[in-house]
Amino acid sequence: MRNQGRVAYGYLTPALLVLGGLLAYPIYQLVLISLFDYGQEQVSGGAPLTFLGLGNYRTLLGQQQFWTVLGQTVGFAAVCVVGSLLVGTALAILCTRVRTWARMVLFLAALGAWSTPAVAGSTIWLFLFDANFGFVNEVLGTTGFSWTFDKWTAFGLVAAQVIWCSFPFVMVTLYAGIKAIPTEVLEAAALDGASTARTAVSVTLPLLKPLLIVVTIQSIIWDFKVFTQIYVMTNGGGIAGRNLVLNVYAYQQAFAASEYGLGAAIGVVMTAVLLAITVFYLRALKRQGEVL
Amino acid sequence: MRRGVLESITVVIAGVVAFPLFWMVLSAFKPEDEVISADPRPWTLRPSLDSFTRALTVQSFGRYFVNSVVVALIVVALSLLISFLAATALTRFRFRSRTTLLIMLLVVQMVPVEALTVPLFFLMRSVGDAVPWFGLNHLGSLVLVHLAFSLPFAIWMLRGFVAAVPVELEEAATLDGASRFRFLWQVLFPLVAPGLVATSVLSFIHAWNDFLFAKTFIISAAENQTLPLALQVFVKPDQNDWGAIMAGSTLMTIPVLVFFVLVQRNLVSGLAGAVKG
Repeated sequence: MRNQGRVAYGYLTPALLVLGGLLAYPIYQLVLISLFDYGQEQVSGGAPLTFLGLGNYRTLLGQQQFWTVLGQTVGFAAVCVVGSLLVGTALAILCTRVRTWARMVLFLAALGAWSTPAVAGSTIWLFLFDANFGFVNEVLGTTGFSWTFDKWTAFGLVAAQVIWCSFPFVMVTLYAGIKAIPTEVLEAAALDGASTARTAVSVTLPLLKPLLIVVTIQSIIWDFKVFTQIYVMTNGGGIAGRNLVLNVYAYQQAFAASEYGLGAAIGVVMTAVLLAITVFYLRALKRQGEVL
Repeated sequence: MRRGVLESITVVIAGVVAFPLFWMVLSAFKPEDEVISADPRPWTLRPSLDSFTRALTVQSFGRYFVNSVVVALIVVALSLLISFLAATALTRFRFRSRTTLLIMLLVVQMVPVEALTVPLFFLMRSVGDAVPWFGLNHLGSLVLVHLAFSLPFAIWMLRGFVAAVPVELEEAATLDGASRFRFLWQVLFPLVAPGLVATSVLSFIHAWNDFLFAKTFIISAAENQTLPLALQVFVKPDQNDWGAIMAGSTLMTIPVLVFFVLVQRNLVSGLAGAVKG
């Protein structure tokens, strides 16, 4: 038994070294930096480090912009999550109603959207919605209309792109979930005289619930930390930063404004929110009978 | 009849979903005057490779392509070895703190890596003072962070594949006089190959798609940029060479698309495994 432990740790050493040095240590550093006034002078050694305690957090919570950005992040994530869940679920159900060839066509298209790198996807959508050369304006007859100029159409465009590349995960997972429901259960419901709608609400939905929870939380985690799409499509957070979300805001504070301490504090806030969601995630997994 | 209607709807939806990709490839093959025309058409009668030539020569996409490939392949090779060993330790051995490690692996996957740009930036700066190749402005820094980010999921996913190999096999190999080392590399490693393929593809995609860290770490060394960043650099207001950008996007998307299609079965069962246990 002792020997086993030693061999196991031998095998684990490389992984622990990498994860410790490049994940655990930076997390500790993140918290540490967020407690200091850490700007350009401190980085170059021109000024001494001053410990602020929770000063950065106080600055942050006192900022009007922080609350606006936080609200935008939550709203944006909510739209993306609801959108990809609705589209994904609807298409998963559609997939169960058609023959294999039609399903394969849809799966292939979804796989393409899923696998497109975020930068490439954002660029394609930008081009499709380009004011002068975009195909969408050509079809709508609105040539010259800039989708990225107005705050809300810009957010809408980015959300549409995010939904486009994240609904396939929901669709594929839920389709697998629906297929995994034993046919006997559905037959029994039919024999007992349940209508299709009744079966869907009282049999299929409860059976899918654990999977739905997992998919929802996974989507929340993903959409809450969208960076690339916002950054690329609104050119770094929109005109005067009106399309910022937390991730991009943290990046801009740290690397554009050289307020590393403040940027780190935003990172800590974001991590805290996501860890809270993770706790729900773990609970959901547990309810599903996941054993470690 | 009703099924026919539903199937037509399915095909139309598939068309809408695939349309952006179709448009990307089409625009990459259009001659320049058709790409930036105020009257875009969803077809072309004069396909040309001009955009690809421009992307690869004028904007040296070739160089960035190679950089991206190098980073992604090194990440894949290292994460394969490291996660295989770790997954074996976590499934084949019973030791104290095993469950703790597993829970930490799961929690760590939820940490928004984007939040770590600040500490990692300074870490890479210090690393660069000691070993320049792993510091800022060098591809090594990207290898390090993507290795760290892809490991937790890789270990988590491989665990299932290693666990599926019967313990009796190890006993048999030991009886036949195989050393632990030999069993590991000549018996277990080939047996979990499907899992290794799925995990490598995910690590590859992760490193291949990264935009944020390339942007943060590769500040002044243009020759060490990777594809996502290069693509962004060429998007300038009012003077975009859309044809070359679409050609670059196509070059960037195709490797991922091919991999995704190749492993989608493994991927879906692997994801289901990660979700359902």
